[in-house]
Amino acid sequence: MNNPQDCKYTKDHEWVRVDGDSAMMGLADYAQSQLGDMVFVGDLPTVGDQLKQGDSAGALESVKAAADFYAPIGGEVLEVNALLLDDPGVLNRDPYGEGWILKLRPSNAATDLANLMDAAAYDEYEKAQG
Amino acid sequence: MTDSAAMKRTPLNAAHRALGARMVEFGGWEMPVQYKGIIEEHKAVRERVGIFDTCHMGEFVVQGAGAMPLLQYGTSNDVAKLEEGQAQYSFMTNEQGGVEDDCLVYRFPDHHYVVVNAAPLAADFQRLSHLADDQQIGDVVLRNLSDETGKLDVQGPLAAALVQKFTDTDLAGLKYYYATQGPVAGVPCRISRTGYTGEDGFELFFPIAEVERVWNLFVAAGAEPCGLGCRDTLRLESSLPLSGSDVSPDPARNPVSAGFGRFVRFDKDSDFCGKAALQAFKDNPNAPKLINFEVIGRGVARVHYPIVDGSGTVVGEVTSGTYAPSLDKNVGMGWVTPNLAAVGTELAVTVRNQPIAIRVIKRPMYKRSR
Repeated sequence: MNNPQDCKYTKDHEWVRVDGDSAMMGLADYAQSQLGDMVFVGDLPTVGDQLKQGDSAGALESVKAAADFYAPIGGEVLEVNALLLDDPGVLNRDPYGEGWILKLRPSNAATDLANLMDAAAYDEYEKAQG
Repeated sequence: MTDSAAMKRTPLNAAHRALGARMVEFGGWEMPVQYKGIIEEHKAVRERVGIFDTCHMGEFVVQGAGAMPLLQYGTSNDVAKLEEGQAQYSFMTNEQGGVEDDCLVYRFPDHHYVVVNAAPLAADFQRLSHLADDQQIGDVVLRNLSDETGKLDVQGPLAAALVQKFTDTDLAGLKYYYATQGPVAGVPCRISRTGYTGEDGFELFFPIAEVERVWNLFVAAGAEPCGLGCRDTLRLESSLPLSGSDVSPDPARNPVSAGFGRFVRFDKDSDFCGKAALQAFKDNPNAPKLINFEVIGRGVARVHYPIVDGSGTVVGEVTSGTYAPSLDKNVGMGWVTPNLAAVGTELAVTVRNQPIAIRVIKRPMYKRSR
């Protein structure tokens, strides 16, 4: 398991890393490995959009499958990772780093984060996926 | 994977897992979809040589004086045209003209050999048996060798050099769409210069007990293990249809309207199942057509997505769609109303409720340079 300790995780295999009043989020390693080679990222929100926890916030496509990205917590979109549009493979190569998808200013961090798993719980959850 | 116990497994199941394959259900079988990654495996086949486990597919032997009449009636191509050792692509069409399965038919010295897909295998065999009875074709022995036959596809520009290391049969003398019998790696084998990738290559048929040993030898000699994921991208780029989707039992998806009429021989010296219906499709200018398309807008077209015209009216449906690694674009096949099927026509595919522009392009979308 390469799931960083400083992130929280959703059951849909998104991660979020809160740092002060900014939160970075992306797709967990398990999800990218299940999807395989990523070939398209689209339908990302625009800077300034307000997202609620669980809102659809991107379309991710691999050679074989399409998946939605859901915002693991809510907030105002500060930045989207433009690199993904030209090089979706970065989602596979570096899911917790260069492959980040969005940065938000959390609007409801304490409540939203309480709904998520820490790395230890997520490791167990990932194992149970088989 | 909860029903994994119900899935059939090839003798290579453990070998696939040891190679790190991700396994999926396909046609009732648990099969590898990828090992290292679909794009890497795809490129291995285009540039070097890949090996596929195709043990799930079906093999029938048809023997006796009735073999030719049965296959002439049960398949759409002209079996009488086959030379000894030659193979032909063909369709098992139903009375309505739809495709129950696509297949390869071979003529060997004292029998014909038919290779079919995994999911419809049992139904294909039953169908041929019933056709023999219905058409009162006597002196025909039909045997299903699928359970005792292991099949490996070795595909790519270096396939011949690799297989040649394991056989005394002169492969340079084996032409495309011909087959012969001879030992490979010391094992009796049908060596067929055919495949489903658009590259040069071989489909090799072994006794099932030997297939794992041969797989291991070929992998050790440099054949890249390749899963069903790249099998799909390779065949789609090469504009080869997926039976059950691009052509299917639905007569609206018949091979004549799909543009595969050269495998439907109205001129052969025999009636065949679905001939009248297919002739009617051939004569009907309003029958939908199968197009090949590239995605111009941003997005990936997938099977079952609607195809729409400029006004948003649904004019068809995608039957295959993916990212094409060798073309570096998103492509697909789909059925549309015939006035929109000309090369260059611009249409759209509805992706997440938004129209994404596509353009009809000529087939094959990819053609090897040699």
